[in-house]
Amino acid sequence: MALAADAPKDSFRLSMLVYDTRFRSITIQVAVLILFVLALSWLYGNVTANLAAKGRPFSFDFLWVRAGYDIAQRPISYTNDSTHFRAAMVGLSNTVILAALGCFFATLLGVTAGVLRLSKNWLIARLMTVYVEIFRNIPLLLWILVIFVPLGELTPAPNAFKVTDQMIADGVEPAASMILAGTVAVTNRGTYMPWAQLEHPLPSGWLTFGAIAAVLVLSFLANARIVMRARAVQEDTGVRPTTWWKSLLVLFTPVIVLLWAMGFHFDLVQPPTRFNFQGGILVLNSFLAILIALSLYTGAFIAEIVRAGILAISHGQSEAAFALGLRPNKTMKLIILPQALRVIIPPLISQFLNLTKNTSLGIAVSYLDLRGTLGGITLNQTGRELECMLLMMMIYLSMSLIISSVMNLYNRSVQLKER
Amino acid sequence: MSTQFHRTEMLPAQSPPIGERGLVKWLRANLFATPLNAFMTLVSIYVIYSLVRWLFPWFGNSVWNASSLQECRQIITAAAGEGATGACWALIKERWHQFIFGFYPQDLYWRPTLAFILLFVALAPVLFPHPPRKLFWFTFLYPAIAFFLLWGGSVWLPVVTMLGFGVMGLVYRLLVGRVGVTVATSLGVLAAVLWWLFADGTLAHGLESVSPIGLRAVDSDEFGGFMLAIIIGVTAISFSLPLGILLALGRQSDMPIVKTICVGFIEFIRGVPLITLLFTASLILGYFLPVGVTFDVILRVMILVTFFAAAYIAEVVRGGLAALPRGQYEAADALGLDYWRAQRLIILPQALKISIPGIVSTFIGLFKDTTLVSFVALLEPLRGVTNAVRADTDWQGIYWEPYIFVGCIFFIICFGMSRYSMYLENKLKTDHR
Repeated sequence: MALAADAPKDSFRLSMLVYDTRFRSITIQVAVLILFVLALSWLYGNVTANLAAKGRPFSFDFLWVRAGYDIAQRPISYTNDSTHFRAAMVGLSNTVILAALGCFFATLLGVTAGVLRLSKNWLIARLMTVYVEIFRNIPLLLWILVIFVPLGELTPAPNAFKVTDQMIADGVEPAASMILAGTVAVTNRGTYMPWAQLEHPLPSGWLTFGAIAAVLVLSFLANARIVMRARAVQEDTGVRPTTWWKSLLVLFTPVIVLLWAMGFHFDLVQPPTRFNFQGGILVLNSFLAILIALSLYTGAFIAEIVRAGILAISHGQSEAAFALGLRPNKTMKLIILPQALRVIIPPLISQFLNLTKNTSLGIAVSYLDLRGTLGGITLNQTGRELECMLLMMMIYLSMSLIISSVMNLYNRSVQLKER
Repeated sequence: MSTQFHRTEMLPAQSPPIGERGLVKWLRANLFATPLNAFMTLVSIYVIYSLVRWLFPWFGNSVWNASSLQECRQIITAAAGEGATGACWALIKERWHQFIFGFYPQDLYWRPTLAFILLFVALAPVLFPHPPRKLFWFTFLYPAIAFFLLWGGSVWLPVVTMLGFGVMGLVYRLLVGRVGVTVATSLGVLAAVLWWLFADGTLAHGLESVSPIGLRAVDSDEFGGFMLAIIIGVTAISFSLPLGILLALGRQSDMPIVKTICVGFIEFIRGVPLITLLFTASLILGYFLPVGVTFDVILRVMILVTFFAAAYIAEVVRGGLAALPRGQYEAADALGLDYWRAQRLIILPQALKISIPGIVSTFIGLFKDTTLVSFVALLEPLRGVTNAVRADTDWQGIYWEPYIFVGCIFFIICFGMSRYSMYLENKLKTDHR
């Protein structure tokens, strides 16, 4: 019998590497690989030659040298005697704080503006359109500068708030006064506001933080149980038991009790008697400017994403929901939003990533984030451009990868489950 | 007998009640539909009113002719009384050329202007449906022409560089009959690369010494303003699109090595901020080049910005490729088209059409991001030129006017681009939804 295997065998010719589709992809890949390796070795050779020419080895030892510069905003303890590594960590935590708050406010603003842009109210819809178009079409850098300049120029210096015994005796009012019932002072350095403090916290900061976090997690788990039980009862009997007061109790009582036991109180801001304010916390103008600018700018993009997501859900879905007798807010919550989220989340992830990367624009207002410390002052002081830049890029890259993988996990949980 | 009443004549149609027609109906439907709506309307009206009340005097007291901020303020005080504020557009009137051209020599402004006008001729194949075929040659030659006009210097360098493409074409023509398309193309590219690496400089020098034709050279330090933003933006846009498409195809390809390299490139570029790439261009690119080799900072920035945009374009195009129904790929295969023909004739035209909004918003983002080059000491309009202008003692302390001016120009360009993309999307729409 003649089988397919008996088909005349081509003898292998060299030209088949190029013209035979069975071999061509291998040829191309080998060629690409060779070129890639050649390019890498060329770059590597250049780097070593350049480093040798400058007479300096490639090493990260400079990270353990005294930094010697001050950072105004320090979420973790740091003095100018700390190492460059510590400075970079302070910078990284400043970046993370800015990015987290920025994502929060941008989402809040974006969802509000996106929903309002679809509002039937003509004026509101137009206003939101104007907001979105203006912020989307003008560079972020301009918004940062435009917000930063008046914060520094139009606000009084801290010593304008000065109150001395002499002034009280003479009945002289200070040149500037604090707002919000004398609790918040807006100055040209930053905004001084009250800050939470614990009278007698646990022995270490991590322990305190851990205790609060553990209590919160336990409360959430307990609340989830209450909700689950309520759902089970509803499925059995068709009547949902009232749970809101139980939820409130379970969610808030434990943490309030814990904070009360640790002596929670607000540290109020005292007006200066000599130069500076006492107590409270200082929110730097640079931080405020970049946070506001980032939230407004990214919020405009998120508004467009939310609007597109809601519009992508076909009109039939809401009509079907109305036909089932659902009210408008239930329709939104149960029918439109779950479907719209599927469309909204992937682009939302990339907006969060953009916002995180845009925090590096803090350079424009001298906000000392990761780029300002590791890629700025440390780089200039030590002259280790190559090491600093590579390290900084790696940190930014891992931050982006972490955010996108976490958000992708969430995305997978809301996506349509198809068989 | 009972009497019956019935009308014998038609009544004229009555107009609807006052609440159901005209302005009142519109107001009720669009502004005061529910109490919440009415509340929001009132709040918005109040916000608009206070904004106008705050801004109007400032714009109303604008001064257009003055030679310093001091003089501006004096004029405003004289006209509107003590304590009045006003805009001082005299700064823009006096220094607009710096915002547009940076410190480019004033007597040579015709060169960038001409390059800008020719840009639209070069773009004609993209902008208009049926351009004459000869215009494609102009588009092809435009980068060399623009380079020569902007930077000046000897005419021979761009000419000899463009000849490299001639060498590529020649080698291809000579070999294509004998060894086939793939090998001929690779050898053509190889020949052109060898030409650029070894023949380019010497030949240009030789021709320069034989017949020195050229324009006055302008240094990169003198470039600035919107001219710089447009140069970087247009270059990055035009080179990132083909590069991005290639990267997207590489990422979709079933060759693991090609795919890995493309994914690595795209994810790395997208994972780091543009600022770090710009600092790479200005600080550490020298480490990756042979010892002593360096080139112009604008060129370095352009290359890195192009890579940055290409990675984003690649992701947008990949979305377009993925959105195409599987049947299109299979139909192309069934017709017996090879890979490049299938991509060129079937896949890419459809995928790119889907990706237009994404591609254009990437371009808009890219154009806005050109403002970041001020951090590597280039004079872009927003920070570079504004700070340079403000450093003049006459204009020290002026804040809003330059920002508003620059912001308006950015808005016009970016908004224009987004409207053009909508028009393009509409024009190319073929479905019947």
